[in-house]
Amino acid sequence: MKRKVEQPLIKDGRRVDGRAFDEMRPIKIEVGVLKRADGSCYFELGDNKVIAAVYGPRELHPRHYQDAKRAIIQYRYNMAPFSVDERKRPGPDRRSIEISKVSREALEPVIMTEFYPRTTIDIFVEVLQSDAGTRTAGINAASVALADAGIPMRGLVSAIAVGKVDGEIVLDLNAIEDNYGDADMPVAMIAKTNTITMIQMDGKMTREEIQKGLEIAKNACRKIYQMQREALISKYSEEIE
Amino acid sequence: MGSDIAEEMRRDYVCDLIRSGKRMDGRRFLEYREISVEKGVVKRAEGSARVKIGNTQVLVGVKMEIGEPFPDIPNEGVIITNAEFVPLASPEFEPGPPDENSVELARVVDRGIRGSHALDVESLCIEEGEKVWMIFIDIHVLDDDGNLVDASALGAIAALMNTRIPYERHGFSPREVNPKVDNLMVKYTPVAVTTVEIDGNILVDPNMFEESAADARLIVTSTEDGDISCIQKSGSGVLSENTFERMIDIAVEEAHRIRKIYLR
Repeated sequence: MKRKVEQPLIKDGRRVDGRAFDEMRPIKIEVGVLKRADGSCYFELGDNKVIAAVYGPRELHPRHYQDAKRAIIQYRYNMAPFSVDERKRPGPDRRSIEISKVSREALEPVIMTEFYPRTTIDIFVEVLQSDAGTRTAGINAASVALADAGIPMRGLVSAIAVGKVDGEIVLDLNAIEDNYGDADMPVAMIAKTNTITMIQMDGKMTREEIQKGLEIAKNACRKIYQMQREALISKYSEEIE
Repeated sequence: MGSDIAEEMRRDYVCDLIRSGKRMDGRRFLEYREISVEKGVVKRAEGSARVKIGNTQVLVGVKMEIGEPFPDIPNEGVIITNAEFVPLASPEFEPGPPDENSVELARVVDRGIRGSHALDVESLCIEEGEKVWMIFIDIHVLDDDGNLVDASALGAIAALMNTRIPYERHGFSPREVNPKVDNLMVKYTPVAVTTVEIDGNILVDPNMFEESAADARLIVTSTEDGDISCIQKSGSGVLSENTFERMIDIAVEEAHRIRKIYLR
């Protein structure tokens, strides 16, 4: 953790961007933004801009990767080279390999893979602009894109990070808070059932802080779930009209 | 990859046993396998440790070199953690570039050490912006009988505690060297403890069969002050809030026990 910052990250109970401790950045969701993909979603969380596409269920090659009982899920998280201050070298690095793995595992519990044996469902997430929180934005987008692709699901997955900044537990860290803060804990949940499908923590937190953070993240996931749901409903009700 | 019949049978066997309150190796649910930690097993490394948890075996070596700091943190040493799942350790490991499992393992071990502030990274600065110590923690998996993460994390911190800074090899005359700081300073000892949930029961330190029978596991790394320095849910299952909270408590308590016995 880097501890070199000129101004305090919290002043008079407000954060660097003026938010309250449990306040999320604004969210914008658009469903079905790509023509070729079977399902897609554009998701903004503050200055994060991500786009998710779903292809499938479709045939999986090589064949020995096929599962006779269920579809396999492949998830690729990728950052555009221009999405960060210092150009990101194209292609997977260790960070994106790990994010792809945990994001796939965050969504697998809700996808009814047993309906499509021997196939693959491919999820591609592209980060176009980043400001801390891209993995959670990606999961939110992917979850909506899966529903848009008509994949049977047990529920929607919603994700958000909490963290510790200047000793306070705050919701949805931005890049400055993430860089200079003490801890970051991204969480993905099935809001309907309050179950955790992804959780990671990086930094230093006490037992009580984790509990408090999880509670804040849970409430935020419920709000995100409502927005995801509304975005899907509004797209499909438009189509009917 | 594919779910073959043998794997399914093993899974059923493990789950049936657990339903009747037993584990295949006779352990209680919250009982860890026998651990052994041997430090200083590789002479050429600056520090090393071989950790065994039951049949699982991991060798961790620490090498130190002088390099350039990252531009955004010019006054801090660099820690680089890498894991290799070499094919001798399991029929499932293949040679080639690291797969997602070894990348995840290395990153989880790395975060546990970093988050706990186990090393005073500023003391590893030789010349601000120019020269710093780079610490390479290399995890070599020798035998995978489950729970590689705990073994690797324990091996990493044990190897760091065993590390001597190679001043002479890097051209520092012995006179400049303060013998008291010859050993790498380790301020905290993070210990990772993995738990899984199978049929509503929480099990600590899953062996290979239990690991593949469980849908999700939780790795919690904690330090002597009871703080948490890394959490990672791994696997495609879910965890209820209640299970998650209980797993943390179990992990912190078990970490205290392991630290007292094996990291003296």
